[in-house]
Amino acid sequence: MAVISARLIFVSSLLCLSTALSAAVLPEDRIDLLYHGYDGGGAEIIGPSILVRKKFADTVSVYGNYYVDMVSSASIDVETTASKYTEERTQTSVGVDYLTGKTTISAGATQSKENDYDATTYGFGISQDFFGDLSTLGLAVSFGDDIVRRNGDDEFEDEAKRTRYSVSFTQVITKDMIAGLNMESVIDEGFLNNPYRSVRFCIQGDANNCASASNESELYPRTRNSDALALRTKYYLPYRAALKFEARAYQDSWGIEAHNWELKYVHPIGDQWLIEAKYRQYNQTKGADFYADLFDFKEATNFRARDKELSQYTNTNFGLGVTYDVRAGWLSWFDRTTANLYWDYMQLDYDNFRDARQSDTRFTDDPVAPGQEGTYALDAHVIRLFVSFWY
Amino acid sequence: MKLALLLIVAPLFVACSSIEPWVKPYERQHLADPIMVMDRDPVATQYLNHVYEAREAARGAEGGSGGGCGCN
Repeated sequence: MAVISARLIFVSSLLCLSTALSAAVLPEDRIDLLYHGYDGGGAEIIGPSILVRKKFADTVSVYGNYYVDMVSSASIDVETTASKYTEERTQTSVGVDYLTGKTTISAGATQSKENDYDATTYGFGISQDFFGDLSTLGLAVSFGDDIVRRNGDDEFEDEAKRTRYSVSFTQVITKDMIAGLNMESVIDEGFLNNPYRSVRFCIQGDANNCASASNESELYPRTRNSDALALRTKYYLPYRAALKFEARAYQDSWGIEAHNWELKYVHPIGDQWLIEAKYRQYNQTKGADFYADLFDFKEATNFRARDKELSQYTNTNFGLGVTYDVRAGWLSWFDRTTANLYWDYMQLDYDNFRDARQSDTRFTDDPVAPGQEGTYALDAHVIRLFVSFWY
Repeated sequence: MKLALLLIVAPLFVACSSIEPWVKPYERQHLADPIMVMDRDPVATQYLNHVYEAREAARGAEGGSGGGCGCN
């Protein structure tokens, strides 16, 4: 359950990537073996991901991806309203790209399973090169069906449906620069909140002057529509290095507004090493209309949320990566082999999500009043360690 | 979003006019360099997008925009 909010985005990205990158040229035959690790805010998530791609007759490319999240969580939400848990999510994806002339047609399916959530997604895409192969236009759509359950409550089961539409346009600007625009709309319907999370409300006083607080279940709207627009450019520097810039703006029907930008520098060293460094900033400038850290009283609003991801905050990232081209004789069976290590650091600072442990006698001997706690912050380390084989 | 649509559609009309492709095939060696690929390692990028989506409310239009190099 810890990862449900991201699940379908992840699923959809598989199709988007396969669509966009395969324009007029099918992806190379390749195997990737990845170990991923996330550690931050009391949550640890590790697991493998294996991706295999294979071409047939230079017109068809198929792929399969197997991905696992092994979650051990004692995040602040879990600490204050539940107990530490572990769970595992497995995800299997298959897809195919068909190239005819300058057109690539893609289809894919993904299934994700965990003990309280099942998700199935189907996606289709088409992309076309034109204008002397300087321009590429891509369209994609995906449909998701989820089944939501709640551990310890056999009576509860609900569903969520998700449809995504995306348009991408990529243009060669100069012999040293390429740029792409990507717009995507997502429509959700169904049970969209976390069935375990709760909100705080005041039982003595109001949110501004609260002597005591209690909890009740979150309640989200059953629909959500969002729009995102992203611009990405990459520039070849005179001394063989590359600079990438991207920016994205986002808004949705829940009232959330956000934007992010990223700058990445890629630098080869010799003919076997490649290093990169990046800086990324995400600003969620407005939280959901129905979000509050502390509500005035029980059932104070039609909808209510205290998910920190729906609040107002910033996420600052810094990342380093290194790729080594391995040329050992025993790997000569492959055309090329690389070993890769990427490390990312994330610092999240919340503007209106407070650290409820400071008013809870289970965590402190000197509690403050609810609503008077300091704002919450967390940092996280993300590791991606993988080897890639081209064949 | 109307502005976004305009930004996407406008270049199409430019491409349909008499303007010729301004980067010739023999001028694309820099664009064909592997360091210019928008996303060199899709499996790694997908994972990082997954992390971002878990920690951030924004969704859609993630990385992966590429192609169009005309390098083949």
